[in-house]
Amino acid sequence: MPKRTGAQIIWECLVHEDVQTVFGYPGGAILPTYDAMLDYPVKHVLVRHEQGATHMADGFARAGGGVGVALATSGPGATNLVTGIATAQMDSSPIVCITGQVPSKYIGYDAFQETDITGITLPITKHSYLVTRAEDIMPAMKEAFHLAKSGRPGPVLVDITKDAQQASIEWAWDPSPVKMRGYRPLNPITSEDLAKATELIRNSKRPVILAGQGVIQSGATQELLAFAERVSCPIAMTLLGIGGVPANHPLNLGMMGMHGEAWVNHAIQEADLLLAFGMRFDDRVTGNTKTYALNAKKIHVDIDPSELNKNIPVDAAILGDLRETLVDLLAVLEPADHAEWITYIDSMKGDAAVRDIQGLPDTGHLYAAHVINDIWRITGGNAIVVTDVGQHQMWEAQYYRHNSPRTLITSGGLGTMGFALPAAIGAKVARPDAEVWVIVGDGGFQMTQAELTTAAQEGIKVNIAIINNGYLGMVRQWQEFFYERRYAATPLKSPDFVKIAEAHGLEGYRVDKRSDVDATINRARKAEGTVLIDFRVEQEDSVYPMVPAGADLHAMIRRPEPSVLAETGADPI
Amino acid sequence: MHHTLVALVEDKPGVLNRVASLFRRRNFNIESLTVGRTAEAGVSRMTIVIDSDQASAERVTAYLYKLVNVLQVEDLGSTPAVARDLALVKVSVAGHDRAALLRIVDETRAHIVDTGEQTMTLEITGEPPHVDAVIRRLEPLGIIEMVRTGQVAMRRGDTALSAAQS
Repeated sequence: MPKRTGAQIIWECLVHEDVQTVFGYPGGAILPTYDAMLDYPVKHVLVRHEQGATHMADGFARAGGGVGVALATSGPGATNLVTGIATAQMDSSPIVCITGQVPSKYIGYDAFQETDITGITLPITKHSYLVTRAEDIMPAMKEAFHLAKSGRPGPVLVDITKDAQQASIEWAWDPSPVKMRGYRPLNPITSEDLAKATELIRNSKRPVILAGQGVIQSGATQELLAFAERVSCPIAMTLLGIGGVPANHPLNLGMMGMHGEAWVNHAIQEADLLLAFGMRFDDRVTGNTKTYALNAKKIHVDIDPSELNKNIPVDAAILGDLRETLVDLLAVLEPADHAEWITYIDSMKGDAAVRDIQGLPDTGHLYAAHVINDIWRITGGNAIVVTDVGQHQMWEAQYYRHNSPRTLITSGGLGTMGFALPAAIGAKVARPDAEVWVIVGDGGFQMTQAELTTAAQEGIKVNIAIINNGYLGMVRQWQEFFYERRYAATPLKSPDFVKIAEAHGLEGYRVDKRSDVDATINRARKAEGTVLIDFRVEQEDSVYPMVPAGADLHAMIRRPEPSVLAETGADPI
Repeated sequence: MHHTLVALVEDKPGVLNRVASLFRRRNFNIESLTVGRTAEAGVSRMTIVIDSDQASAERVTAYLYKLVNVLQVEDLGSTPAVARDLALVKVSVAGHDRAALLRIVDETRAHIVDTGEQTMTLEITGEPPHVDAVIRRLEPLGIIEMVRTGQVAMRRGDTALSAAQS
């Protein structure tokens, strides 16, 4: 057998896992691995902060469907990964993080740049490894990839001591499949569970499907549409479910929850059956669980047994892969007609269209919703949009109509500001052919702005739309609604973003009039490199409707109704 | 309500930490936790007693299964089981009627495992309520030091918990 160092084995494993790009930052304890990297056909993207590496790996995984890889050194390099790992954990994103660790004989002695990263990340990883011998690298790496992508995906951390990277051993790739005694990623769907669900579906008059990210992760879009059409069932989406169901499908109601449209939440509250497909009844979609969909029987399909009956007790819980479950259900379900129910939901839309921000006449004011809607229109709804967290994120979900899976990438569960730019860089690496837009607030952009330099160095093109309202907008909105407009620490002074773009040799534009939006978006699309557009939008606009945290799902704050809106009668674009 | 869970886990570094961290992270309070070897090499057995209702115990069971190193979990909440706790109690005998202590020992099936000049050490084994009861009787005599192992438990009858992949 040939001799390999531990560092070489890491790269051998990555190549065998078909990894073509890693995102990372070198340092002392990972240096042997960086040295070996030069001899392997793997591209390295040098981030400016290790948090960016995890978000890039995450964006890469979500856009491309593969596993993203982040690389960092011990100590501060490793701790900087934490926010990105927690983000990936909450949103079930498959990433593998490889960290260097101080030599094994120093572990526990507070050596320079030593930190217990497996301990720190224990509750925010699907699993983790501390590897102290070169012999143990391959099994850990193989298991890490297997764990990250199978079952409910998630982040896995492999911490490898410097001496394990340096040691030289006789080594050959073991092609046998991973066997892990205590790991059960897939459980067989039981026929009793299916029969129970089938019965509930047959007896329902007012069903609603709640489509979550599981639709996208199990590749179940076609089966879901076939199912919805078969039983004539409207679909509401979670934030992370957006894209899993085409926005233009007639049965797609839109997003549910805190900032879901009023008719979507009302439909859920009035339904007699909820079919929760690959979603987890997060508090942002249920509101007050004590008053949540009280008239509805509930069917929950999830691949993770710990999600079943966790937040909402259900009548039928199916443990298994969503796509397989839908195939099984389609095999036994006969067509049903719920035209009356669908017409009723339609009637609830009421005056929502005239209240819609898009109906506003052009008074020279620029609204975030205008900008996002224009990006949608001009990109034909075909771009991959990566958002940050806050008001712009919710407006994106409302106004950019996604028609295919993996085209909205956003931090849902953890709500991580600073996610957008690095995740978009990762998404572009995974899908170099795709048009990638970053929609980000002025606050979130500044959290990971340094990764603009990464994009510039690597020549990675993304289009950046900063929705700049001079506030930490969503927090300001909560202060307006719930804290008597006491704007504590939310007014935000930003640098000249155009100059920041220019300092990187990139194009930057400022837009404060609606009439300039189209042309600037088009300039960005045509440019070869990354373009940054600073959209100066209405400062104190709020996201409507809004279900206050913990309130009943049907108790929404609606957009105030200025008479001008009713007069225009303009069709929303 | 006390709930007893038994988990068979891989005997690897950090597994106890993963299990304990899970209970902390999910906001469950561990009343007692014992770990020891099983008849199979590489497999340890944990007995975990928590204060929770049935629904919460089911949630914890599901979370335990998410841990890659956990092989089997049995919820003994509704299963007839043998449960044992062991206590060592050092009691002062200075200025007391030793006979009072010996009477308690005799009546409660406790064992004297050590005697000093001023103290006597008892071993009490039994169902946790039995151990509680004996300790209550000893308290007036002056408990100087005490240790309890925490509960271990096993299902009654011929059915056995096995780590073999089901």
